[in-house]
Amino acid sequence: MSEKLLVNPIECQGHGACAELLPEMITLDEWGYPIVDGRPIPPALDRDARAAISACPTLALRLLRS
Amino acid sequence: MTTATKGMPAEGTATDLPRLLPASQQPEDWYAHTARFGRIPFRDGAGRLIPDVRHAGLTGRGGAAFPVHRKLSAVLEAATSRRRTAVVIANGAESEPASDKDATLLWLAPHLVLDGLQLAAEAVGAEQAILYTHVDRAKDVGRRLQHALDERRAAGVDRVPVQLALAPPRFLSGQETALISHLAGGAAIPTFVPPRVTERGLDNAPTLVQNVETLAHVALIARRGPRWFRQAGTRAEPGSMLCTIRRADGTPRITEVPLGMPLRDLLGPLAPESAVLVGGYHGTWIPAAAAARLTLDNESLETAGARVGAGILLTLPPEHCGLAETARTVRYLALESAGQCGPCLNGLPRMAAALAELAGGRPRRQARADVERWAGLVAGRGACHHPDGTARFVRSALLTFAGELDRHERGRCSGTSRRPFLPIPSGQARTEEDWT
Repeated sequence: MSEKLLVNPIECQGHGACAELLPEMITLDEWGYPIVDGRPIPPALDRDARAAISACPTLALRLLRS
Repeated sequence: MTTATKGMPAEGTATDLPRLLPASQQPEDWYAHTARFGRIPFRDGAGRLIPDVRHAGLTGRGGAAFPVHRKLSAVLEAATSRRRTAVVIANGAESEPASDKDATLLWLAPHLVLDGLQLAAEAVGAEQAILYTHVDRAKDVGRRLQHALDERRAAGVDRVPVQLALAPPRFLSGQETALISHLAGGAAIPTFVPPRVTERGLDNAPTLVQNVETLAHVALIARRGPRWFRQAGTRAEPGSMLCTIRRADGTPRITEVPLGMPLRDLLGPLAPESAVLVGGYHGTWIPAAAAARLTLDNESLETAGARVGAGILLTLPPEHCGLAETARTVRYLALESAGQCGPCLNGLPRMAAALAELAGGRPRRQARADVERWAGLVAGRGACHHPDGTARFVRSALLTFAGELDRHERGRCSGTSRRPFLPIPSGQARTEEDWT
């Protein structure tokens, strides 16, 4: 089972906390909205991914298990 | 009409077209409908029609071309496993301004669609059905459908009650999740997926949403069988479809054609310098010379980055500037964004403004690069496909009208007519109420 990041673009307000906590997988576009790496989260980044998810003020970021 | 095309040969020749629309072009009442088709061939049990639909190879005619049997099965399975009765919705919103095939079908053959709706409801075990259609068409489709429903009630033929619902006249109101949001009492704007509506749609019930033309095909497959259905079309993409065709004179023509038909037979002679728009405002511009080699099926169109979509084909006359037409349309698409997702909210108006600059005289060189970058940035990043479709439309314009872009940079334009060509509704949304 692998986990991927999924952003709900309706909830996302572009606060940018996720990109700060997980720059390896999330960058911001020129308007401040996240561009998320859709590949499975490598184990080494698991903690940072969870931190990014909890830091989102609008709960727009979540894990997709497959 | 025959289906002889290059590449995939048809399994047979479709000599029986049109199948859906009455040859008389006169609206069919219940009497005329049953004279042409007979009674509804109910199967007396959920799931029983699904194998026929699978063997027919019917795909959704609303634009996405998703296999119909898979959607039927998904809804039936969700309903069974969750012990929750499914809901069926016939989608006739047809919010794409360049399309008129669904309104024409509902106007001329409403009972065929309503038969399909009953059969689809039976196939997924639904006890509730809704017919969702536009309010502001030139023809009063809403009243006609109400009359058709009254006729059926009087004849006592329907097994599932059908409710008529009107869609707001907005580009996104026919989008699956927007439609469900509207029917649930909210605004007709998209919601985030997952969950899929087949799992949790209207009031959280497993929900089947099918385009009205798709349902009309279901009604015919139930009567005549999958082998009959496959006599038109190609092996990979069987059947026929309704198309809205606008040739250079601008008048739309609704015609039913077999999949795989050469575009040049559909569009007539094409001026070499003109361009063809395939798939409407979320579709693809193709130079006329390239379009003349393609056939109306996804296998062929995908080689040019296009898809059959909802069967919208439009020839841009050479006296119109493709950049000006694209810029005007993208402005409309930007205004039709629900404004919920950051990339769409920010990217579409910027693309529209930069395209307006490119369509004018002596644009900055940077404008072209900006449009290309923003098209890349918005694609795939919305809750619905509005940014993706807009980006596809924009990118194909930059490629197809590359020569025209060069001319504009030198302060020239090959367009001689200022009269708008692509149809765009006059009223624009200004307030939240416009969505409901």
